[in-house]
Amino acid sequence: MKVAVVTFPGSNCDHDLYKAAQQVGADAVFVWHRERGLGGYDAVLLPGGFSYGDYLRPGAIARLSPIMEDVVEFANAGGPVLGICNGFQMLCEAGLLPGALVRNDSLRFESRDVRLRVERTDTLFTSEYEDGQILRIPIAHGDGNFEADKETLEALEDAGRVVFRYVDVDGEATTEANPNGSWHNIAGLVNEGGNVLGMMPHPERAMEEILGSTDGVGLFTSLAASLAATRV
Amino acid sequence: MTHYRLEIRVRPRPGLLDPQGKAVHNSLVALGWEGVHDVRVGKAILIDMEAESAAAAREAAEAMCRKLLANPVTEDYEVVSAEALEGAGS
Repeated sequence: MKVAVVTFPGSNCDHDLYKAAQQVGADAVFVWHRERGLGGYDAVLLPGGFSYGDYLRPGAIARLSPIMEDVVEFANAGGPVLGICNGFQMLCEAGLLPGALVRNDSLRFESRDVRLRVERTDTLFTSEYEDGQILRIPIAHGDGNFEADKETLEALEDAGRVVFRYVDVDGEATTEANPNGSWHNIAGLVNEGGNVLGMMPHPERAMEEILGSTDGVGLFTSLAASLAATRV
Repeated sequence: MTHYRLEIRVRPRPGLLDPQGKAVHNSLVALGWEGVHDVRVGKAILIDMEAESAAAAREAAEAMCRKLLANPVTEDYEVVSAEALEGAGS
């Protein structure tokens, strides 16, 4: 499995993501945002950070980087694309995922562990998790409040495209468990084809016991397993 | 070609929670402006550009808003003015 970790000026989770991919046996390669072409890659990972200093809106300028045309093409051809945090914001800005991520309702930068409930295990990214499994994964963002118009939000729920939701210790999606005001506690969702996942929490920071949680490992082993299965 | 100064306003769409506006609202009330009942915080963008006419400059500004300056999911935009800059034309 060869995965591209696309790096933008201001990315700061690119090395974590690179290491996470390697940890599950992938051949990870950094691809600079000004490069072109994603031929030969099995998956594309868009890291967190503050690309272009979050100027204008998070992800708005990065979306115009040369490589993003290739990312869109890769995604539209059914290739797996994972965007985490700033990567999720880019996917929304690029139109690969609906909606937008706006300022947290707390107006604060929220940096802490949250609990997520796995809503779907039939995606490329979650097959190694249990249905309804509760994960402990860190967040670190100022703009993670998922918004869209009412019809879009309802359509997302109806189609079961929400993959992760913020929950409390009992697995309930309460207001208190919602760190940013996201509609229906949405923490991550997939596109219609199921091959593009955007999520605010950082699974790549939950890969080792010493860092407090290994609950992020499943996401990367899921991706590796899905890719191995499609190769046969 | 003439130089134009465009003023564009981008603001959170009605109905969308604007936490920044809310915080400013609370602060204004705390300062004694109890009559303030709503605050929305957006952006003002000033662009100097060359264009054939004020209409062409406005048209360009609209396209800029659609493509980059505003996110249609969360923001509304308005091209407030397109003024020819004195003595800057050619």
